[in-house]
Amino acid sequence: MEKTLGESAREKLVRFARTLRDNGFVIGFSETSDALRLMTGSTSERVSLLKAVLRTLFCSRHSDWEKFDEIFDAFWLNKGIKSTVRVTAPFNNYPRSVMSDSLKAGRAIESKPADHVTRSDEDDASSERGQSKREGASRTEVLSQLDFRHLTNPIDLKTAHELAERLAKRMRYRLTRRMRARHSGKKLDIRRTIHKSIAKGGVPFELAKRKRKDRPLRLVMLLDMSGSMSLYSATFLRFMHGVLSSFKEAEAFGFHTRLVHISPALRERDPQRAVERMRLIAQGAGGGTRIGECLSVFNRWHAKRIIHSRTCVMIVSDGYDTGPAKGIETEMAALRRRCRRIVWLNPMMGWTGYTPEAAGMQAALPFIDLFAPAHNLVSLQALEPYLARV
Amino acid sequence: MSTKIPQDKLASQLSAVGYVPDRNLVIALWMMEKLSRPLLLEGEAGVGKTEVAKALALAHNTKLIRLQCYEGLDQNSALYEWNYQRQLLAIKSREGNDASLIEEQIFSEKYLLERPLLAALRQETAPVLLIDEVDRADEEFEAFLLELLSDFQVSIPELGTIVAKTIPRVVLTSNGTRELSDALRRRCLYHYVDLPDIDREARIIISKLPYIDAALALQIANMVSMLRKEDLKRIPGVAETLDWAATLAGLDIKHLRDEPELIYETLICLIKTTEDRSRITREVSDRLLGLVA
Repeated sequence: MEKTLGESAREKLVRFARTLRDNGFVIGFSETSDALRLMTGSTSERVSLLKAVLRTLFCSRHSDWEKFDEIFDAFWLNKGIKSTVRVTAPFNNYPRSVMSDSLKAGRAIESKPADHVTRSDEDDASSERGQSKREGASRTEVLSQLDFRHLTNPIDLKTAHELAERLAKRMRYRLTRRMRARHSGKKLDIRRTIHKSIAKGGVPFELAKRKRKDRPLRLVMLLDMSGSMSLYSATFLRFMHGVLSSFKEAEAFGFHTRLVHISPALRERDPQRAVERMRLIAQGAGGGTRIGECLSVFNRWHAKRIIHSRTCVMIVSDGYDTGPAKGIETEMAALRRRCRRIVWLNPMMGWTGYTPEAAGMQAALPFIDLFAPAHNLVSLQALEPYLARV
Repeated sequence: MSTKIPQDKLASQLSAVGYVPDRNLVIALWMMEKLSRPLLLEGEAGVGKTEVAKALALAHNTKLIRLQCYEGLDQNSALYEWNYQRQLLAIKSREGNDASLIEEQIFSEKYLLERPLLAALRQETAPVLLIDEVDRADEEFEAFLLELLSDFQVSIPELGTIVAKTIPRVVLTSNGTRELSDALRRRCLYHYVDLPDIDREARIIISKLPYIDAALALQIANMVSMLRKEDLKRIPGVAETLDWAATLAGLDIKHLRDEPELIYETLICLIKTTEDRSRITREVSDRLLGLVA
């Protein structure tokens, strides 16, 4: 006698799946229908069993695995933390104590300008006191716009483009171990050689060759456009412009209190229109930075599409962040797992006596493959050999 | 009567072949059977992911077919390859015959070399297919694998389509060196393998080394668990614990606290980098020993 599931239990399962999706789980129709198949009979009556079954079915990565118990308990056992867990949508990797903060901020990133954000200062009050000046500056979004006229300054633009082009040529390819058929190859492709020899009575007149497959390296740049970086962002924008036009695969993002995808604007042929579009994008540039949250938005919405294992991520920032350092750490770890290399260029490093003391910078350091100074095109040029090796 | 999860049966099957399973893992293995979906195991190196597949094959008394992934792994080495030497010989010996006839002959089953994936599809009884360290293979291979795991059939251009006789039980393992695609993750059931707790680790030691004293096994498990909490570069896995337990049993040690010097010296079974070695000094070792009841 196999009991089929009652209507109410079905509905509850569907609602549970939705709750999980809100928390960043990837659950499709096939998972829920499998769950229904398994939830017949005594399975659904024994909570611990149900939990184990649904966990195996609905989780697909370690972070899901860690969150699952809490969400399950809140949903099925009414442990009273339901609402907290439910609303944590965009920042799945945060420990719960900082979730509510980042949530408010996260919503703001997506919908509202940042001056609507009121941060609650429960946990990180002490760390904030240390940097209170910057904090104060960054809580309000500066609506003044960066001057992008220098983007059209022909001489600077030319230097930036030349550098980008040279870099692109050297960085473009990464050798892989995968082979492909090629006339000029060095190795013999036995399979195809035999195929060809059949018609010649088994004499391999025509040799098929193969060689290693080259695949382009993708460069993804994340540029900090906050107030503390305003001196440098123009230079890097020019460099990014050059990179986008000479790399086969490249993407550019800017971030301050929000994350903006700027490659479409930078790809604009007509300089006048490019400047116009950049102006719109730059609304809010020159204010504060929320690196952790912008990285989180990047990881959640863009990384899947843009980053693959042959991607080099270049972050240009001074590491001054208004969010909790923990946020940067989790997001950097997530990013590190996805891409091949992370290069962090910090203009402050060009200053004498600078040590990366900013909490955000400290949190990010363990995940960085190359940490280097870059405050102008000359220092970027000096980096060329290192970048090319990536 | 209800459809009760026969986890106890599977659990006893697994322990009969010397594997001490975790309850959640048993449920995951049972679901894998029930839904015929692959199971993705993730976890730190050394927690015994590969062991799961081996034990599963033993418990079901079927063949274990293992595919070790590496960068650049392609269809030729994972799926099938033609036996070129035999093909060349066949062409030579049939010289003068009709070319199309020869072609038909040398691209037949007889000249086909099975590689793990094809072998798994052509078994009479459903085998356990272990795709080890899938994160080391590149994206192209992952995509190919995805296709194979959903249809359980492959097409060989010269030969036609081969459909699986039985659906193999597929276990994939990953160490997380590269992020796997969401498509592959969605296709699989997921289980995160953690290091065993003290009690389970002691039972593992006893099941692998039946001659060891139960009290000693518990002490060893306790000591290793405390060592793992120290700030180590490389955390010792289950296999290392077993090595150490075998060493201590071989040295005829009855109680860990009796021989602090020997314990310290044999820690090389567990600690394998110089940094960790310098961190776990004799003092630390003695302190931990003092905590082991």
